[in-house]
Amino acid sequence: MGGVGGSGAAPPDVDILSYLVGRAFQTVLSMLVVVSIVFVLTRLSGNPIYLLLDVNATQRDQEILTRHLGLDKPLPVQYGIYVMNVAVGDFGNSIISRRPVTEHIWERLPATVELGFVAMFLSVLIGVPLGMYSAVRRGGVLDTAARVFAVLGQSMPTFWLGLMLILFFGVVLGVLPAGGRGGLLHLVLPAFTLGYFTSAAILRLTRSAMLEVLGSDYIKFARLKGLHEQVVLWKHGLRNALLPVVTFAVLLFVQFLGGAVVTETVFAWPGLGRLILESITTRDYPVVQAGVLVLSALYLTGNLCVDLLYSYLNPRIRHVSS
Amino acid sequence: MSPRRRRLPWFAGLVLAALVVAAVFAPYLAPHSPTEGDLIKKSIPPIWMEGGNPEHPLGTDRFGRDVLSRIIWGSRISLVVSLVAIGVAGTLGTLLGLVSGYRGGRTDAVLMRLTDIGLSLPTILIAVVMVAVSEPSFRNVVLVIALLLWPRFARQVRGETLAIKEHDFVALAVVAGRSSAWIIRRHIFPNVVPTLLVISTLQVGYVILLEGTLSFLGVGVPPPNPAWGLMIADGRGFLATAWWMSLFPGLAMLLTVLAVNLMGDWLRDHLDPRLRQVGPQVELLGPAVTQPESTPARGIAAASGEP
Repeated sequence: MGGVGGSGAAPPDVDILSYLVGRAFQTVLSMLVVVSIVFVLTRLSGNPIYLLLDVNATQRDQEILTRHLGLDKPLPVQYGIYVMNVAVGDFGNSIISRRPVTEHIWERLPATVELGFVAMFLSVLIGVPLGMYSAVRRGGVLDTAARVFAVLGQSMPTFWLGLMLILFFGVVLGVLPAGGRGGLLHLVLPAFTLGYFTSAAILRLTRSAMLEVLGSDYIKFARLKGLHEQVVLWKHGLRNALLPVVTFAVLLFVQFLGGAVVTETVFAWPGLGRLILESITTRDYPVVQAGVLVLSALYLTGNLCVDLLYSYLNPRIRHVSS
Repeated sequence: MSPRRRRLPWFAGLVLAALVVAAVFAPYLAPHSPTEGDLIKKSIPPIWMEGGNPEHPLGTDRFGRDVLSRIIWGSRISLVVSLVAIGVAGTLGTLLGLVSGYRGGRTDAVLMRLTDIGLSLPTILIAVVMVAVSEPSFRNVVLVIALLLWPRFARQVRGETLAIKEHDFVALAVVAGRSSAWIIRRHIFPNVVPTLLVISTLQVGYVILLEGTLSFLGVGVPPPNPAWGLMIADGRGFLATAWWMSLFPGLAMLLTVLAVNLMGDWLRDHLDPRLRQVGPQVELLGPAVTQPESTPARGIAAASGEP
């Protein structure tokens, strides 16, 4: 798996420790690239002091602010200061509210995490049983339906799916709230929208993993022993098919965090993704930067954790060192 | 893959043909202007509903613009964005992949590390800030998408190059004193073309979804262009009263991406059996597969248009 970096599984002749160190190093590099992109973009977007000061500001005001923000220093120095500040979590103040950006982030983060969690839970809840069922009843009606479900999932524009769900359940039927954060009911549509594609993916993953396991000798043996079919399926089958599914589910959660911008916008979900878009509209760049950096950091470290988890769980990688 | 998959997917072919015809002949096919509307005729429902007007089969939007005409013109945007973005990313990625795979050693190490980093970035997030800060425009959307896309090509082409390099005809060319550039051009590149074709097709759907997402979020193709994502966003506030404004462009997008993905699957099975790998990933990755040695989720993320 090897992940996210797309670096593939650890080559067999490399010992596990240097693989892990390499992956960690790569994550740091990736984060540095994100920070650099954001830095360059903010410098491209024009002089920030015009955003901070109103039109009546004098030349002297501008100079003071320029010096205060360190904008009079050479660019490499500015970059160094910027990286240091980001590293210690200092993102400055919001241009609009004048409050520290970190406060805004902390306000919004729980909503994003909540939505991601529920979406992941929902994907597994839909994907695993359906996947098992289609593996057992291979070629059946439900198997075909599951295939259509999965193929559609790969081609569906998420934001459009969200709107159509709002149209159907919110407007036509009027049974579910169309947006905002509140009780459990408010979570249904956004979580399904965010999780639709992934539940299709989990379904297909479970199906093929189950098919592989069901063809193995120990399943045949379990059946020969006369075990009840349900025991064979759930205890012997699913348990062995679960490794890729679980790793994948965790990875999905991470990706939800990175991709929440779209779903949160559609459902007016007060999370980090929506904060970023709102701040783009109001040109509140410090908040935009911080939001993107925080989400990226979560995304990258999450991916790193999954890779580490996977290399620990996967015996083929784990035993290389011994 | 089941034998069923081996047949040419006629449905996908039909949809794609219709799309290309719509894009090329938009000025002749579209009954109305895509950008100018008649405010008197705003929010007319589709023809089969009460109050429908035969002049506007799919209804009009809140500015009185014909939805069908906008969808037809919109196909042009989707097609041009994906062709240009994939063209740029494909050229860059292929060049880097060829050099990386052929040269090996330190060049390879550096380039592949760069590729890994590129692949690990949260796509949508980066795209959103990039376009937002640099003013949404057609050119910026294409550039940003291309910038996020090239590593997929580089990685795949490098893998292919490594395999082709081992063949005797390459060794012979080296013995014959041919230059590296000549060998890459004459021996390696032609053998990479089928793979390239498959990856490109598989990326079209992704690019259309990404462009649609950016346009929907207001950081893509700027209005009043009839980009499908923009049309869907336009109708967002009128779901209860004028749902057709959002429904039809989304349907067009869904059908297009579906068709491209099915076609890509078919091409992959036909042209490049190596891209199909054994094991559970195959099924899962589906049309999104571009890097066999990568994680299942990478492909998934790619296809979902959500990083």
